Amino acid sequence: MTAVAAARRRAAARRRWRRWPVALGSALLGLALLCWSLLPVYNMLLIALDPDEGDVEFAGAIWPDEPSLNSFRAVLAQDHWYLEDFWRQFGNSFYIGLLTMALTVAVASLASFAVGRMRLAKARLLTNTALLVYAVPAALLAIPFVRLCQRYGLADNVWAVVAAEVTFAIPFAVLVLQQYGTIIPLEFDEAARIDGASPFQVYWHVYLPLMAPALAAVGTYALLLAWGEYVYQYLLLSSPRNWTVAVAIEQFFDADEAPWNYMMALAIVYALPPIATFYALRRYMTAGLTMGGIKG
Amino acid sequence: MASVSVIDVVRPSTGRRSFVRNLRGGLQGSEYAWAIAFCIPYVGVFVAFVIFPVLYGLWLGHAPSLYVELFHDPIYQQTVVNTIIYLAIGVNLKMFLALLLSGFFMRKGWWVKGLLMIYVLPWAVPALPTFISIHWMLNTEWGLINNVLWDIFHVDGPGWLDTSRWLALGSVIVSYIWKNMPFWTVILLAGRMAIPQELYEAGEVDGATGLKRFFHISFPLLANLYLVCTLLSTIFTLGDFNTANFISGGGPALSTHVLATLGIRDAFEIARPQLGVAAVLSALPLMIPLVMTLMHKLRTSEVQL
Repeated sequence: MTAVAAARRRAAARRRWRRWPVALGSALLGLALLCWSLLPVYNMLLIALDPDEGDVEFAGAIWPDEPSLNSFRAVLAQDHWYLEDFWRQFGNSFYIGLLTMALTVAVASLASFAVGRMRLAKARLLTNTALLVYAVPAALLAIPFVRLCQRYGLADNVWAVVAAEVTFAIPFAVLVLQQYGTIIPLEFDEAARIDGASPFQVYWHVYLPLMAPALAAVGTYALLLAWGEYVYQYLLLSSPRNWTVAVAIEQFFDADEAPWNYMMALAIVYALPPIATFYALRRYMTAGLTMGGIKG
Repeated sequence: MASVSVIDVVRPSTGRRSFVRNLRGGLQGSEYAWAIAFCIPYVGVFVAFVIFPVLYGLWLGHAPSLYVELFHDPIYQQTVVNTIIYLAIGVNLKMFLALLLSGFFMRKGWWVKGLLMIYVLPWAVPALPTFISIHWMLNTEWGLINNVLWDIFHVDGPGWLDTSRWLALGSVIVSYIWKNMPFWTVILLAGRMAIPQELYEAGEVDGATGLKRFFHISFPLLANLYLVCTLLSTIFTLGDFNTANFISGGGPALSTHVLATLGIRDAFEIARPQLGVAAVLSALPLMIPLVMTLMHKLRTSEVQL
């Protein structure tokens, strides 16, 4: 009995012995991935925490000698002439994000209701064709879009930016809503119809409440997209009062004599809301992306 | 009156009628009107903000003289080479690494799950702050990279972004991989998770372990997904403005522009939108086969994104 147990133990030890290169290898790979993923983010913190304006010397220490939150204070208190419109720009970013979210949810839910629930035939073609938007190179759409906005007096207008963001958010939103809609039985709609509800009432009182989780996911997606997008905001918004935070950071970046620690603090403040949302909703983000399952 | 007579003339043709019925999908009068009304905002957005601008863009870039001018411009020639290198190396290296890493993240254990959370950070952070940070890391005098090189090896690091075209383009490609690899890793990871465990168990009985397991089970099942992801990623990357714009800014001496950044530069900094559109449109011979292959793959295979 004990001989058998000892033999088994020896076999297990041998197996472990054979496995340790794999374990070591994956630990090293893990460490390398950790450094790789964190390095640029760490560099942001390093510069933002530097007490001096201007040059940042990396002295080999893994953490600055005298970390200072002064640059974050300067950003929040708008304490530099590059930062004097910070809160307004923060508000602009948020305002554009909220408008994009509301319009995306409204337009996409109406369309997916008509296509998915009212069985408007051939309409699936309509929604699939819209996905071709993602195949148009961003720059090919941006140049004529901005030119047209300038021609029609929409340059430097927040609504022009919202229109661009909504256009990019909608095809994916409709795709997700349609996939999610397939798990809600059509009998709900039919019961409401028999009780005399008009299609709009079915949409409003049956479809929207049942779709609430998917609508929240799609809305968050639109908000993050609008918050992080840069090209259209940069090309369309020209006056500092209308800038978003992304454009303000770019102005910092382009300046020759700007305090870099302030710029990095601004970049971190700008990046925090999307990071927090991403991690809070991580499960849903990845689930939404792989919606419907990937059947290889 | 006129419209009524048109309907009367059209009605006898059965082909037309079945087409109309097909379009309505059996919906009745008012319901059909509601369904159409619900689609109007959606269709309106695309007509106004996609179809109209793209047609306008095609019109802007229609003159052949623009392309003659472009092809004689040495900066444009460099840009085309850069774009091809950027797509060929950037996209494929990123997808290949993502494929390998998605296998790594299939490993069990709490620390692998925790690592995955940190690994997706580049995807969670907006593009602008991280690219600015990387740009600063690569600064010749104050950047983190050259400081570390000096502290550890006592060598002066090269001027990553302002001396050599190849160093700068390499920096752009590495930054691009850093930013985009997590997203595709997660997609491929989901694809791997969809493979039934029984296949691996059956394979193990037949002696498929280690690399054989990858080549004979995982890869054949992932191949379609991998191809679709690569095509999609190539299309996205062709329009990618942020990476090249913030890492190298097209420098040194305009030698690391890609078509997207050159197009926007021509259109807005030089104020020649026709030339800018033409620069981007010159990618169409590459774009059209890519999109057609992608559509074909999506239609014939089961891959859904």
